[in-house]
Amino acid sequence: MSLLQIKNLHVTVAGHEILKGIDLTINPGEVHSIMGPNGSGKSTLAQVLSRRETYKVTEGEVLFNGKDLLAMKPEEAACEGVFLAFQYPVEIPGISNAYFLRSALNAVRKYRGEDEVDAMDFLPMYREKLKFLDMDEKLMNRSLNEGFSGGEKKRNEILQMAMLQPKLAILDETDSGLDIDALRIVANGVNSMRSPERGMLVVTHYQRLLNYIVPDYVHVLVDGRIARSGGPELALELEDKGYGWVEAGRQTAPASL
Amino acid sequence: MGTPVATAIQNVETYLGSFTEFQKRAPGAKLTWLRTLREAAFARFCETGFPTTHDEDWRFTNVSAIARTPFFLPSGRKQLSEGDLQLWSMEGTAARLVFVDGQFAPELSDTGSLPAGVSVSGLAEQIAKNPQDVESHLGRYLDTGRDPFSALNTAFLNDGAYFHVRRGTVVEGPIHLLFVSTASDVATMTHPRNLLIVENEAQATVVEEYVSLGGGTVLSNSVTELVAGENATVSHYMIEREHKQAFNISTLRIQQDRSANVASHSLLIGGGLVRNNVHPVLAGEGGECLINGLFIGEGRQHLDNYMHVEHASPHCSSRQFYNGILDEQAHGVFHGRIVVHKDAQKTDAKQTNRNLLLSDDAQIDTKPQLEIYADDVKCTHGATIGQIEENALFYLQSRGIDEASARKLLLLAFASECVERMKEGPARKYAKTLIHEQVLSVSAHVHSAGGLANQGAKRTWEEVG
Repeated sequence: MSLLQIKNLHVTVAGHEILKGIDLTINPGEVHSIMGPNGSGKSTLAQVLSRRETYKVTEGEVLFNGKDLLAMKPEEAACEGVFLAFQYPVEIPGISNAYFLRSALNAVRKYRGEDEVDAMDFLPMYREKLKFLDMDEKLMNRSLNEGFSGGEKKRNEILQMAMLQPKLAILDETDSGLDIDALRIVANGVNSMRSPERGMLVVTHYQRLLNYIVPDYVHVLVDGRIARSGGPELALELEDKGYGWVEAGRQTAPASL
Repeated sequence: MGTPVATAIQNVETYLGSFTEFQKRAPGAKLTWLRTLREAAFARFCETGFPTTHDEDWRFTNVSAIARTPFFLPSGRKQLSEGDLQLWSMEGTAARLVFVDGQFAPELSDTGSLPAGVSVSGLAEQIAKNPQDVESHLGRYLDTGRDPFSALNTAFLNDGAYFHVRRGTVVEGPIHLLFVSTASDVATMTHPRNLLIVENEAQATVVEEYVSLGGGTVLSNSVTELVAGENATVSHYMIEREHKQAFNISTLRIQQDRSANVASHSLLIGGGLVRNNVHPVLAGEGGECLINGLFIGEGRQHLDNYMHVEHASPHCSSRQFYNGILDEQAHGVFHGRIVVHKDAQKTDAKQTNRNLLLSDDAQIDTKPQLEIYADDVKCTHGATIGQIEENALFYLQSRGIDEASARKLLLLAFASECVERMKEGPARKYAKTLIHEQVLSVSAHVHSAGGLANQGAKRTWEEVG
């Protein structure tokens, strides 16, 4: 069975149609990349899949492991195994990283019928992931993302992903704003989680990330539709010719790049 | 609208009746200075009557319900047992003083574990035994001219807590002052009056807590004069958790000497109509004052926080941080007045008020008021009004935390900002538990998703002046 099946997905935000009929299937073990210019609907797709309620689905269907994903609340989708690494992780003063992460982990474990982890078991796991992502241990007692640098925030997203072990990892522009060292660390974190059971959807504006996380498939999203699909070589071609090339091929309105 | 005015005047007459009667049996009735103090205050109250919303200081709080009600002094003190007080027991206290309907109850109080150098008693007892100690401080700091409730308290000045911490004495645990109002058939008023003196280099923590045992119409109109000597360190907690129909007016007047460090923590969670005045005067150089508060309202509660921070000397700093959480039809007020006197150069005053409105009907009025007469000062103020951020909620939910728990977490985080500013110790622990319980109770209210659709109504302003 496919891990994720998107059929003819239409989505509007505040009355504007952003996604105009998306079809996409991800099987376990596959890494798909969605590329596209600003405003093409990449982030909308990522957020709809993690069930943000401000996005209205007007048509279509999404199955996750055969279940109706669109009927789920964000927390249910998360517990079923969908994880979104945010483009702009939210800062929440007053909740520590450690407390937040343990609450999340236990919510997910409870849903899956597993025992909750206590602080004693949690801390070693947490420390190990911090180390792996080259993060300062002191961050664990600081407020969630508060005062974190851009790179720290993105690493914190990957750390959460590593702790929660999702079935489908969606990375929304995880590379934006990272220097090459941070990018390597993040990519290394993501690659370590590639497995035959797990699917990934890597949303990015730039081809650069795909040098480090090499996808099996690349899809180019233009004006709410997938304009072209191919292998990793498509990303290189895009890098070479620019999004205007795909847009012109679709004979849509002139690109505003 | 003519009737309430007439009623209010009639009521000044009922107060006159009560006052005449009270003057005969009041503690220290034969002491001229005390008699004069009471009479002058009563005259002042008769002159002004209760404030109206035309008074700038009372613009957002209508006390006509208090003015209309004929309140009487309690007829006698009810006997309570230790078991009645179980709900309000704090671990690790140095002393506990219990007051039942405004009167000291020695049989329920415990002052056994205080260090030498500390005298603690009921104020009435102190007036009887050592009037000269009381005279040098009582009524010397409070401004009865500006606030009719302070005048009324002074007129009916009867009992309350008295403590005196001698020079250099450190009181480790908190001194818990518990004011219990009991149910009665008639509308009852009490005017607790506390005099707390902490001498030079001494250190103390005091928790003033107002609670109810049973319902009934009650007005608790308290005044605390807190004197902090040079280099003294004092933490004061005001906890209002009476029943949801109670009237509670309280004034904390802090007098700070040179380099004194005072923290005032106000926690308003109970009461129907509540007004909490905090008035520190930084009278000596280098004083520091933290004015920290949290108010959590639900139902039809009205919670008014009135700050009046007076910088009267150079090189002092004051910090005001107030967080409000308002649900259902609750109404909150934050009025932050900062006055910097002409000679108070190098003043550093900061004020922040943050509010969360959890329902469309909840309301907050927040008003900064800066009066600066010195020219070399740093004063900033800011206020925010918002709802639980949809962004933050979604972030938590997207990690598997259900919506109700996510809301609870966010509310607790917001409230815990206030706890973080309290010094570690039994008082903080007590306050934290209380805040936690109250937040859980508020977050258990059912909220429709509609609350989030109203993001457009969000209003945020930040000013630096």
